Amino acid sequence: MDYELIVPYIPNLRRYARALVGDRDGADDLVQDTLERAVRKFHLWRPGDLRAWLFSIMHNVFVNQLKSRKISSDQEVDDSFAAPVPGVTRADVLDLQRALGTLAPEQREVVLLVALEDMSYADVSRALGIPMGTVMSRLSRGRERLRRVMNGEAAQQRSGLKVVQ
Amino acid sequence: MSADPLRDDYADQTAQIKQFFEPVMTEPIPERMHLRQPAWIAHAKAAILVGIGVAIGLMVSLVAPLSSDPSLASSQLPLRAARAHLVYASEVRHPVEVDATQQEHLVKWLSKRLGIDLKVPVLAREGFELLGGRLLPGNEGPVAQFMYQDQSGKRLTLYVTRPHKGDALTAFRFAQEGPVSVFYWMDSECGYALSGELDRPALAKVATAVYRQLEN
Repeated sequence: MDYELIVPYIPNLRRYARALVGDRDGADDLVQDTLERAVRKFHLWRPGDLRAWLFSIMHNVFVNQLKSRKISSDQEVDDSFAAPVPGVTRADVLDLQRALGTLAPEQREVVLLVALEDMSYADVSRALGIPMGTVMSRLSRGRERLRRVMNGEAAQQRSGLKVVQ
Repeated sequence: MSADPLRDDYADQTAQIKQFFEPVMTEPIPERMHLRQPAWIAHAKAAILVGIGVAIGLMVSLVAPLSSDPSLASSQLPLRAARAHLVYASEVRHPVEVDATQQEHLVKWLSKRLGIDLKVPVLAREGFELLGGRLLPGNEGPVAQFMYQDQSGKRLTLYVTRPHKGDALTAFRFAQEGPVSVFYWMDSECGYALSGELDRPALAKVATAVYRQLEN
């Protein structure tokens, strides 16, 4: 079995985890656990969309970590999560990260998979194991909330939403 | 409210998320993700996993998967080196993982990952300055790539790999892989390949300097 196939996706998994979890260490723990699980379960993977499969594993690990409170459903933002982008201040990135943190984890997942991975509704549906209709409604609610928070239209209260199922 | 401003907002949102997190894609993979846990080792019957830490470089082997038959390894050296050269020498923003300003760290880090004491040739007399280096996955372990650039922006890469089982020592040889010229050799410790889109005599001059510095 060729685990080497997984390797090219590690940067994608890390990027998504960083945006999802917020702090670097928490995100890398999520990636690490995902990789270990992917290797253990590699025999279950049927040649097909490896990326969606890896993200589905990450989703399961994420949900478990939320349940076991290994990570908080609210993001814990630190200021070392992303390397600087030319023309973008650290404050800009922190603002975005905080705004993402106000989304319920299940909305954040959908918004980020679409934004970072250019996933289609079908891809997201496969990765998260939810129907397409749910993907669409979470995406539109998540985007709307993010837009309002970024525009300062919504108080940045904690979402307080439950763990993803 | 019309739907259009919303759609624009969402497009901006998406672009912003992408832009802000893009740098994570090229961050070096943390050490702990490489080989830390026994689960990996237990499942990694193949030594392939030694190179697991380095994600980015693997595009190279995905572009055209290669056999891992060790008897082919030495003949694969120039091919692999040339492919890695093509991928990274054309990178404008991220040609290297660690740049030459941190040369000491770079050499220490790559030496540790390869398990050998690496030397970085100085090619100033040949007109090339060190840009930096990166870690790449090889079929049987990590590989180091050092990149040099001359004043016109022409780049050379030096690809350094641990020898594979059953590899024979290889004398200084030349190979042409598409547009890339490669001089390569294997001593008891390492396989080396110097690649560049230069003609053979020009590359030979630099390769000779590299060879002399490394084999003395």
